[in-house]
Amino acid sequence: MGTLAHDIHGTHDHHAHEHHDEGFVSKYIFSQDHKMISKQYLVTAIFMGVIAMILSLLFRIQLAWPGESNDFVSFFLGNEWAPNGVMKEEMYLALVTIHGTIMVFFLLTGGLSGTFSNILIPFQIGARDMASGFLNMLSYWMFFVSSIIMVASLFVETGPASAGWTIYPPLSALPQAMPGQGLGMTLWLVSMAIFVASSLLGSLNYIVTVLNLRTKGMSMTRLPLTIWAFLITAIIGVLSFPVLLSAVLLLIMDRTMGTSFYLSDIIVAGEMLENHGGSPILFQHLFWFLGHPEVYIVLLPSLGITSEVISTNSRKPIFGYRAMIGSMLAIGFLSFIVWAHHMYVTGMNPLLGSVFVFTTLLIAIPSAVKVFNYLTTLWRGSIILTPAMMFSIGLVSTFITGGVTGIILADAALDIAVHDTMFVVAHFHVVMGLSAVFGMFAGVYHWFPKMYGRMLNTKLGYLHFWLTIISGYGVFFPMHFVGIAGAPRRYYDYSVYNEFDTNAFTMILDLNVIITLFTILGGIAQLIFLFNFFYSVFRGPKAPQNPWKSNTLEWTSPVEPVHGNWVGPLPEVHRWAYDYSKPGMEEDFIPQTVPLKEGEEEH
Amino acid sequence: MTRTETSTVDTATLWGGKISPFSTSYGKLMMWFFLISDALTFGGLLVSYGFTRHSAQSAWPIGEETFNSLPFLGHGYPLLYVALMTFILIVSSVTMVLAVEAGHRMDKKGVIKWMIATIIGGFFFVGSQAWEWYHFIHGSEFGKIELNDGSRAIVKGHFGEIKNFTVIESGKHHSKGAVITKDLLHTYQHAALDGKIKDGTITLHDGSKAKINKAEDEHVKLIIKEDGANFSTGKTIEGMEAKKLYWEAMNSGIPNRVTYGANMKANEYGPQQYAQYFFFITGFHGFHVFSGVIINIIICIGVVMGVYHKRGHYEMVEKTGLYWHFVDLVWVFVFTFFYLI
Repeated sequence: MGTLAHDIHGTHDHHAHEHHDEGFVSKYIFSQDHKMISKQYLVTAIFMGVIAMILSLLFRIQLAWPGESNDFVSFFLGNEWAPNGVMKEEMYLALVTIHGTIMVFFLLTGGLSGTFSNILIPFQIGARDMASGFLNMLSYWMFFVSSIIMVASLFVETGPASAGWTIYPPLSALPQAMPGQGLGMTLWLVSMAIFVASSLLGSLNYIVTVLNLRTKGMSMTRLPLTIWAFLITAIIGVLSFPVLLSAVLLLIMDRTMGTSFYLSDIIVAGEMLENHGGSPILFQHLFWFLGHPEVYIVLLPSLGITSEVISTNSRKPIFGYRAMIGSMLAIGFLSFIVWAHHMYVTGMNPLLGSVFVFTTLLIAIPSAVKVFNYLTTLWRGSIILTPAMMFSIGLVSTFITGGVTGIILADAALDIAVHDTMFVVAHFHVVMGLSAVFGMFAGVYHWFPKMYGRMLNTKLGYLHFWLTIISGYGVFFPMHFVGIAGAPRRYYDYSVYNEFDTNAFTMILDLNVIITLFTILGGIAQLIFLFNFFYSVFRGPKAPQNPWKSNTLEWTSPVEPVHGNWVGPLPEVHRWAYDYSKPGMEEDFIPQTVPLKEGEEEH
Repeated sequence: MTRTETSTVDTATLWGGKISPFSTSYGKLMMWFFLISDALTFGGLLVSYGFTRHSAQSAWPIGEETFNSLPFLGHGYPLLYVALMTFILIVSSVTMVLAVEAGHRMDKKGVIKWMIATIIGGFFFVGSQAWEWYHFIHGSEFGKIELNDGSRAIVKGHFGEIKNFTVIESGKHHSKGAVITKDLLHTYQHAALDGKIKDGTITLHDGSKAKINKAEDEHVKLIIKEDGANFSTGKTIEGMEAKKLYWEAMNSGIPNRVTYGANMKANEYGPQQYAQYFFFITGFHGFHVFSGVIINIIICIGVVMGVYHKRGHYEMVEKTGLYWHFVDLVWVFVFTFFYLI
């Protein structure tokens, strides 16, 4: 079997050789090189992120100043969707839906995993490229197509999908329910089906590359934690996305073939539909079986990046390397048995509810292990505050803040009180939105030199960080109080409800203005990043070989990227990735390629 | 990224240094992970089916009552045909194993022989699936009937042959005394659906009325599937009483008391969802089998062209084999869910 595997790679060898003489198209567009695909993913994700950010600005303006004419809204939505500069109700729901979809799937799943798994897996395990460059290319282009379809749905005459990013039926199953549920919803479903395929191809590649293509000496327990995170993320993706696919396929049948998998006894506009016997709760079960692992698909890569960045910039080995791996595996496993905590108010059996409370609270344990390991890594380290390090510490902060409110929501008894309020929105934006985005920024600042061979501007990086974290907390901290006051999520205008008591009513309206002001600040902060990013791609100062004095393999490859990653033989690994400030050594870092000294013990 | 630099890569060691902990190629590993993923898609669908069945308010159909047809031979052979197609599919897995085994021995002719056998088995299965759908959609001759007390029952037995319709009242096309001998069952069932059978006469499309000349039904057995005033679910009625109750309902002249076969809105076997899941899950599986057959054909062409022989190994055959076995394994579950339990 060994010779067999060798032969297969022999053909690859040949393959890689042919690529050298190829032109612009195969180098920059239909590239099979993991470094180029990674950049393609990053730029696409930034583009999608900007769109989702603009959408959020639009609906935040509506929430802060409901019913008031606004030029910004008018500029983007025009007279059709915002007569006299006030957006229509349908458009508000559509914006919320597409904002959520793009942020969760396109930025934080496709963008985050796609960018960093692609750039780091081959580099950090010491491989020439991904196991299958072709499938990798296919994965990106399917991601691109699904992005285009999702963006295109914004320009449909009847508006984009409006059933929320969770697309619960019956709303999502009935085109007659509201305008956006027609063509807009169809495009949403088509886009997501392609996205699932893209994610599957990507994940298969990441898994087999990590398992099969590690260089000599790179045992699993010498892998950097980034790679462990990407591996576990990919496994979760392979196990959970197919269930979303089955849910979506059944939904498509309900929409097009007249089946009633999710529909029963519905009256639309005075007309009784024929559907009988289906269950919308079934969809929720299927959706959240993906939906909850999805949270960790979003979060784990960021946690992995943070482990690497914090250890490097504390000049200390990561605290509890094996505990980190163990807790990521535990999180991955537990993420599959907690899905019904999204469904406490669906009328489920309270006994079943309490089981899910228990499993959900269990996730706090590995999460806390990770947090304490970050803090103990920072503890008495020689901390170097690079922008990447700032964002990583920011992640630890938001992960704790969001985790604490998670404990409230995990309890069925408490969750019922705040279910579907802005409290939930605030919770998941802090714990998975901010944390994952901070991890992504940390990754961009840390590996930008490896991706583009140039350095980002540090001062702009600091400015970006401080404005982002201030506006992040500025948006989501008050939002908890809006939720506790009783404001349900996805409402178009809170000012028309007299049911709130007077104090709460005033607070909700006032806080909504504050939240929106911070949203605008956050938007401006991202402009700084965008300028820094695109300016530095072309004009940034040239990067040195190992700008952060880091141990991992990618910093041993040439600054100017080469096809195959290393000129000459692949590096050989002799130690783990975290030999920082090892006592008795000359330098405070020892790259993984340095053999153990005589008498030196491995960690 | 420039060309001069890329050409300096040491091609001799390009993929050197890799270790393969499972001593297997990345391609095979990837196939395994894909299959795990696909298994979860089917898992999601079958669990949905179970969820719906569990929460259904009326009786769920029983496999041997629903599937009892053989092509050309009609009804009365419970689960026989599906047993045959399952057997063929499993045999096609065996032939696939033999193809892979021949590949290990670098026996090109053997690989071709066994792959063609597998492809034939696959086509047979897909064709059988079409038959199975045909029977499922058209249903039994009796249909499901709503009895006078409001209960609903499926009907077993031997359907008496319709000999002809003798027109007793002229319409647009048929004049009195004419004997109609064509398309009898179809016309009969349509009339029954529309409530146009009353007092032993049938009202035809053109408005003419005809006397039904039909042999007696035999061994009629009613199995109640939905409660009514007199009968509750699960009760079986046989003999003369069954015959009488059935004919009373058929002969009532009230529309929609009988259901034939299955469509998206209704079916004679049970709740709406039963037919919908049957179509979707067996359809989805059939799509997998069909794509498996296509992949097998593509790989088989590769074998004939000698692509894999030149490569020195038949791993591609092995990989498609993995997919083929998976599809067969999934069928075992689909079969169990829809036919056995």
